[in-house]
Formats: sequence, C-alpha cells, structure tokens
Amino acid sequence: MTENLNVYAVRTLTQKEYFSPGHRACQGCAEALAVRMVGKALGRNVIVASATGCMEVVSSPIPFTAWRVPWLHVAFENAAAVASGIESALKVLMRKGRVPSKKIVTIAMAGDGGTADIGLQALSGALERGHNFTYICTDNEAYMNTGIQRSSATPFGASTTTSPAGKVKMGQTTWKKNMPAIAAAHNIPYVATACPSYPIDLIQKVKKAANIEGPAYIHILSVCPTGWRSAPELSIKLGRLSVETGVFPLYEVENGKYHLNMDFPKLKPIKEYMKLQGRFRHLTDSMIEEIEKRVHKEYEELKEKAKKGV
Amino acid sequence: MGKRIGMEVSIAAAEAVKQCNVDVISAYPITPQTHVVEHLSELVANGEMDAEFFCVESEHSALSVCVGSEATGARSFTCTSSQGLALMSEITYIASALRLPIVMIIANRALSGPISIWNDHSDVMSIRDCGWIQFFAENGQDVYDQVFCAYRLAEDKEVLLPVIINMDGFTLSHVIEPIELIDQEKIDQFLPAYKPVLSLHPDRPVTMGGIALPGIFTETKKAQEVAIQSSMPKILETWKAFGDMTGRYYNPVETYKTEDAETVFVIMGSYGETASVAVDMMREEGRSVGLIKLRLWRPFPFEEFKKATLGVKQLVVIDRAVSVGARGPVASEVKAALYGEDQRPMVYNFVAGLGGRDVAPQDFIKMVDKAEIEIEEGNKEGYEIYGVRE
Repeated sequence: MTENLNVYAVRTLTQKEYFSPGHRACQGCAEALAVRMVGKALGRNVIVASATGCMEVVSSPIPFTAWRVPWLHVAFENAAAVASGIESALKVLMRKGRVPSKKIVTIAMAGDGGTADIGLQALSGALERGHNFTYICTDNEAYMNTGIQRSSATPFGASTTTSPAGKVKMGQTTWKKNMPAIAAAHNIPYVATACPSYPIDLIQKVKKAANIEGPAYIHILSVCPTGWRSAPELSIKLGRLSVETGVFPLYEVENGKYHLNMDFPKLKPIKEYMKLQGRFRHLTDSMIEEIEKRVHKEYEELKEKAKKGV
Repeated sequence: MGKRIGMEVSIAAAEAVKQCNVDVISAYPITPQTHVVEHLSELVANGEMDAEFFCVESEHSALSVCVGSEATGARSFTCTSSQGLALMSEITYIASALRLPIVMIIANRALSGPISIWNDHSDVMSIRDCGWIQFFAENGQDVYDQVFCAYRLAEDKEVLLPVIINMDGFTLSHVIEPIELIDQEKIDQFLPAYKPVLSLHPDRPVTMGGIALPGIFTETKKAQEVAIQSSMPKILETWKAFGDMTGRYYNPVETYKTEDAETVFVIMGSYGETASVAVDMMREEGRSVGLIKLRLWRPFPFEEFKKATLGVKQLVVIDRAVSVGARGPVASEVKAALYGEDQRPMVYNFVAGLGGRDVAPQDFIKMVDKAEIEIEEGNKEGYEIYGVRE
C-alpha cells in the first residue's frame, strides 16, 4: 500500500475533520492523530463505539464533544460488544424499514489495555460471530490514561509505573502480546497494522477495512510522549523508527494471506528507536542486543509468512 | 376472559418478547434463565420472529450488546440469572445512566458462594441501586403481562429507563401454569413501534456516554434520581391501561386481607401465593393476619406502602436475600419508609428461602407465631435467618 505514498498524496485527503480540534489530548499525542486520520478515512457515515481510555476522556467531557460523528462510550472492556449491538441494530432496523437502507460503517475503538487485556474476550466474541464492523486498536503500549501502568502490549524492557526499572528488575519482563496474530487466528477477512507516521497507508487500510464485509481488525501503534518519556515533537519520527527498525512492521493479513507493506533491505539499529525514549533509558547494550535479536527473528518470521503467502 | 393455555412460564415470557416485536436479543446461557432464550432462538430460527438473536461470549457482553443496539434505536432484550447478573452488573448502572429503555428478565437465583442454581433474591439485590425500574412477578401470568408493561413504560418519552422483571428461578421459570395469552392486535395497540428520542445515526450525530468531571457528575445523578421518581405516575398509568385492556390490574403494592389485620406479611415474588395460602389458613382460625406483596421494588413505592400499612400492628417482612452484616434488604427499606410515621408498626424480619430452601405455608404460620410472641415480649429488633438446621 505504501507504494502509493508520495508527498502530494496527503493533499488529496479531505479537509473535513470528524475528530475535531479542541480535544484535551497531550502535546504530540499520536493516538489522537491516529483517531483523526481514522475519521478522515471513514467520512460521516459511521457510528463509533469507544472504550474507556485516553481517547474517551480527552474527547467527551460533558457537555463538550470532539466527535462530529455519532459516538458512544459505555465501558472499558466492551467496545466490541457495543459495536456488535450497533451493527445488529442497523441490520435489523434497515431490514424492517425503520432506518433507511444505506451503508453505515460500525467502528469499535479501544487502546491496548481495552483490546489485549480487559477487552480481549469481548473482541474475540465479536470477531467469531462475524459482525460487519472494524475494530481499531490504538496501541500506546501501556495504560497511559491511568498513569503509565504496564499492559500485555508493553514491550520487553520498558519501564512503566507497574513494571518499573529497579535495582533487580529491568522494567517489563514479558514480550509484547501479538494482537494482530490473535485477531488473524479468528479467520476474519482483514487484519492490518498501521501507524500515523504513515498517514496514507493508515487511511487506505481503514478504508479497505470499512469496505470489507465482515469483521476487520486494525492495530495502530500510537506514540505516547507522556508514557514513553519522549519529546512531543519526535512522535512522528518515533513512529517511523518503529517501522524502520522492525519493531512494528506494517503488514496486512487478507483472508489469511500475509502481505508486508514495507520491507527494508536492512533494518535500522533498534538503539536508534530506543535511545529517544526514557522508558528504555535503563537498558544496557547487551539487553538492547537481546531485544534486537528477538525483533529480527519475529521480523524474519513475518517475512517468511508473507513470502509463502500464508 | 380469553382462553388460558397451560405453558411453562419461561416459554410464556419468550412468547411475550416475541409479541413485543423485539429487534435485538443477546444472551448467554445460565440456569435457570435458559428456557427463555432457548425458546426465543427457536422462534427466530423458525422465522416466527424477525429479530437479530445472538449468543455472546458472556453476560457482560450480552448487556453491552443491548446498550449498543438500544442506543441505535432497536428494541432490545436480554435475560440472565445470578452469576450472569453479577458479571453484567457494571453495565446495568451505565444502561440506566444512558437512559436506554432495555428490558431484562432475571430468573432469580442465589448468588455464589457456595454456588447454588436455586432460587432466592440475592442476585438482584446485588444491583439494587443500579437505577433500573424493578418489578417482582408473583406468577406466570404476571411475568407474561409485565413484559408488555415493561416495554411500554420504559420507552415512554417521559420515562426512558430500563426495566427488570424479576421471575423466581425454577419456582416460576420452570413450572407450567395456565396463561391467558393476549391477541397480537391488542398488543400492537398497547405497545406501538419503538421510536427513540435520540439514537445513533450519521444524519444526527450525538455523543453518548461522555465523561463527567466533578462539576457535573452530581447533576447527572440528580437528573437520574428525578427521572426514576417521576416515573411513578407513568407506572400507575401503564398498569391502569393494561388493566383496562385485559381486566388484570396491577399495583405497586398489592394487599391481601389486610383490612383490620393486626399482623401483615411483606413479601416479594412468588412467595406471595404461598403466603396467601397461609393467610387463609390463619384467617380460618380467626387470626387477624394479612399480606402485602411488593410488586414494585424500584422506585420504592413509599406512599403506597405507607398507606397499606396504616393501622397494622406488626409487619413480618420476609427477605429472600441477606445483606450480610446488615440483615434483610427489604426490611431495611420498609423500616426506612416508615420511620417518619407517627404510628408505625413493629417490624420483624425473617430471611427465608435462601438457595432454593422450601418455605411451606406452615412455615409462614410459624413465622407469624414467633414474631407475635417476640414483639409481645418487647423485642423491637426482631431478625433471624429462618429454618436453619442446627
């Protein structure tokens, strides 16, 4: 998809904002940027179910709203279930003629905690049932809203407030849960990874997901300067580095077939990505090397899958 | 009176849901709720009902689905029991705060632990304060009838609150009773098609479920309290309209032989019928005993209840749940309701029939015997768990 990327492509995007300015996200929040791009990709004919989390808190302080599309927040762990309800209601109401028939896209949105941890069950249920909706996970790799606690999506070695780097422990001791693979294991028609540092790629993937009949899952890495202890102006750069180092490869799984959207003859050293983030500050060179080995191994495995087309 | 048909109460409940032309049904299996949703799934599978029916992966999701579908403008239904209700309890509070007129039947069952599949009211007491209008049904006909009343009431533009119908697990849900079914034509008049005030649609974007900072949270809760208190006239109106249609009139507080009664039971749910047998037996012996059945639990019918207890010497309140460390929840409510009265009856509280323990008419008589003696001897704080095997 990124082969379509050129410097003029962004000018072709709509100037309309569906996630409007004035929300209360932190400076340099790439998650808010991702949501804004998702909005641009989808246009107005959409209903969004959001999980509790940063995006809900910053966008909806009563009586204000940043949402120019219909939006519903219920709880932390149930965005996929709420979206199931919305999708089913649209289906039956259109069938019964109580709502005029037209394409309305149902979106569920949650962070990494609301997806990989507490919301995993509801997500799995909704994917298995085959609802026609798109689930968007905006992954900033910890519970940022509650104050940077570790989640199962926090990368190995990252220091968070509940996986702190201490005298005997070096931050997160587990490897990041592979959510896209878990989603793909449900045999759904479309799974993709994206990052707002690659806006055209992200937008095209969201459009594709919305047009596919059945469930789609998009996992968006969202740089969080507050939680990653990085400079707000580096958010876009960090997103790019996550892809260029192989930490967060951009790929799609269409009907079970893997496709790597961006391949690099040589990945950048992971240190370039990590040294810009305070959460990895305590890691020694040997630990970074260990992490890099695992990242490269997983990257190669992904490439193999893409090569075989499975 | 129309033709009465013998049918399982769960089946009758499901038939009522069908007659309400419900759009979305979402549920997760739990004993003793299963027969309701099994029958609904059959109705949908046979094309007798046009609804989206799906089994979700948990009760938490069952109610979450209903929140999503109701917010989109679809008449929605779910049904659960016990642990399932406990799991979905988080969402019960949110559904009422969002003012979504969902209807749920609870086939009441004891809350674990120890795990028990049998009937009491500990499940619904765990969500006592969730902001839903809550009915307790006395028999199968009551369950069937309340489904129509619940939707009409919930969807009233001046109400817009979810409604729970409590149906005692097994003792109601699994028994076969004569049920008078209502013609579809009449139902369609009584319950018009659902027209939501606000719903999720791109043509009129709304934001639902925003965050309330300390500057507004109290006001939202006050608004909710006002809404449920203001629903009382609508509840009376709904039951009046239903009575006019069917001849079966329901009231928040039902009384049985309370005129001039010195001792009066206070009961919720199916025990009402058993207790009425006990009342008859005691009346035959010339004892001055009556019965109050609370059909409406939330909003609590303070005025109606006070009126019903005027002149009564003592109340024997039978709780089907225990607020461990603070006695029976119904008795607490009853005492609170009467505290401001100049002339108020004494209250003796029995917790009985926990986890399916049978309570026979003779037991009710024993309770009255005990309460009358204790109160006579000056016990003002009568409370016990009845029938403990020691």
